Amino acid sequence: MAELQLKSVEKTYGSGFKAVHGIDLTVEEGEFMVLVGPSGCAKSTTLRMIAGLETITGGEIRIGERVVNDLVPGKRGIAMVFQNYALYPHMKVRNNLSFGLRLKGRPRPEIDGATQDVSKVLEIEELLERLPKQLSGGQAQRVAVGRALIKHPEVFLFDEPLSNLDAKLRASMRVRITDLHKRLKAEGRPATVVYVTHDQVEAMTMGDRICVMREGHIMQVADPVTLYERPANAFVAGFIGMPEMNLVDAILTTPDGVPHLTLGDQTVKVPEGLGERLGITEGPVKFGIRPQHLDVCPPDTENALSGTVTTVEFLGHEINLHVGVNGESFVAVVASDRLSAIPTRGETVALKPHGNRIHLFDRHSEENISLAGL
Amino acid sequence: MTASFDLNPHRLLEKKEPATAMEIKLRRRSRISSAIRYGVLLVFGLIMLYPLIWLIGASFKTNAEIFASPSFWPSEPTLSGYIKGWQTSTPYTFGRFFWNTFLIITPKVIGTAISCTLVAYGFARFEFPGKRILFATVIATLLLPNVVTRIPQYLLFRDIGWLDSFLPLWVPSAVAGDAFFVFMLIQFLRAIPRDMEEAARVDGANTLQTLVYIVVPMLAPAIISVCLFQFMWTMNDFLGPLIYISSVDKYPVSLALKLSIDTTEAFDWNQILAMSVLALAPSLTVFFLAQKYFIEGISTGGVKG
Repeated sequence: MAELQLKSVEKTYGSGFKAVHGIDLTVEEGEFMVLVGPSGCAKSTTLRMIAGLETITGGEIRIGERVVNDLVPGKRGIAMVFQNYALYPHMKVRNNLSFGLRLKGRPRPEIDGATQDVSKVLEIEELLERLPKQLSGGQAQRVAVGRALIKHPEVFLFDEPLSNLDAKLRASMRVRITDLHKRLKAEGRPATVVYVTHDQVEAMTMGDRICVMREGHIMQVADPVTLYERPANAFVAGFIGMPEMNLVDAILTTPDGVPHLTLGDQTVKVPEGLGERLGITEGPVKFGIRPQHLDVCPPDTENALSGTVTTVEFLGHEINLHVGVNGESFVAVVASDRLSAIPTRGETVALKPHGNRIHLFDRHSEENISLAGL
Repeated sequence: MTASFDLNPHRLLEKKEPATAMEIKLRRRSRISSAIRYGVLLVFGLIMLYPLIWLIGASFKTNAEIFASPSFWPSEPTLSGYIKGWQTSTPYTFGRFFWNTFLIITPKVIGTAISCTLVAYGFARFEFPGKRILFATVIATLLLPNVVTRIPQYLLFRDIGWLDSFLPLWVPSAVAGDAFFVFMLIQFLRAIPRDMEEAARVDGANTLQTLVYIVVPMLAPAIISVCLFQFMWTMNDFLGPLIYISSVDKYPVSLALKLSIDTTEAFDWNQILAMSVLALAPSLTVFFLAQKYFIEGISTGGVKG
């Protein structure tokens, strides 16, 4: 197992299109790093560059002590799990697992032993004599993981491995993979993992740290809690969390020396602690608040934004309330048992933000300015 | 006004109550229509097959009967066409000519399979300078009539000193000279996702190992189709051997059939026909044996994904 380092790694295609803009990323030994971002953010390209399936046009990739820029994939000490499994269709599961070892010319007993061990860990012992086309999606994905595991690679690479599975199976495979990662760590052979996904639930639940990417840039690298509570910029704030964070334009003003946020004709007081930390005291900002951090109150509540309910989504345990405030749409998530009566469409309500959960972003750089001094 | 009729014949027969006039009418109409359809198909099928049926029938006829009766059924079946035809008018039996054909086909088919797979793999999976121009050249040779290259090719092989040997028949195919096969394999390869090959590379396979262990097995239906086409076309090739082979002891079947027409003035048609039937046999056998792969290869070439 080894540390993985990316230093100003770039990828420019022949057409001149720059997909990856000099990213720096260090994945520590035994760490589970998730690369997440919307499609087209170059997360898969980055993974493929680590694997050696794409060349890099600038920078340096290190696995352990070695610079692997010019090594072929087979010599980098990596193993990869592909989105559509990529099992060899003409080989039985047993041979799919052992293909890499057989290529290396390992002795027969060692190969058989390793195959046995891996199939036991992944509970695919009964499937060894089957062909890939006789496997279900979940089984095929386990075999694909097994094919990576059997090589004892220094770095595991996962390229959206669960996106072809149905929701239920995805949830169980998620747990299985994190369990496996923990188990390997407990057994004293921690696995360094880079896991690409576009699914933020996977990212939040699986990653030790998460690297959020956008258009070939890294937006933030942090553990899940930090990412959720202290997003570095508006993009991360909007990307992480369900439903999305409410992000609207507002003006920061300081009447009587007390910072206020003005949205159209409504104002909300900025909590004291936050107001002092802000670098600016007046000017246009982006106001962000998560739907979970809005209380639904009766109209005319102080320090709240009043608006009209446009849509009510009843999910059972909670309700998503879409409220139009000065032409901007806000979503508030409320636990259903906390409301005496479910608001109806057209009703006027007030949304009161939890003061210390307010985020303010610079309108141009989109940096989170409410984090300053924290 | 809307009306719905249950036209499922089983359902109609199951019904206990007597069929209504409308149902009887519909049932009769559907029977008549399928009778017409099958009748037409049968007639045209027979028209297409008739020469072949006639050929087989006539090979058992006496020489005199062939032109006397239009029926394909021999009135006095005889094997003399086969026995005498096999002897031929040359010092060699037809066995020799079949052996020659085999000697031409085997290296040619093997060479085609290997060379075309290599070239197609290169075009389908790698980027290299001049790829577009080279590929355009391959496609251009597909469109070029064979006749155009006959004379320069003949002169070339004459200068190398390969005339009256099998080399001019083998070598062009062994260096992927059949653009059609290269094109066919490229199209098939393009439809196969690259992930398996990438997985193999991550597993430590080099380019050649990836080709042999991963690509070739996935490409097998297409390669089998290529081999079959090459087999049948070579079996039936007349012009190639005619141009390059001059000694009778090297003649393949296609030339030997012509030989029996040339040497005598009154042709023994029944012998020629009998040997033609034998000459058809290998192609037909191979086709039916490999039919499954053959059809898989042709039909999945473009759409498999």
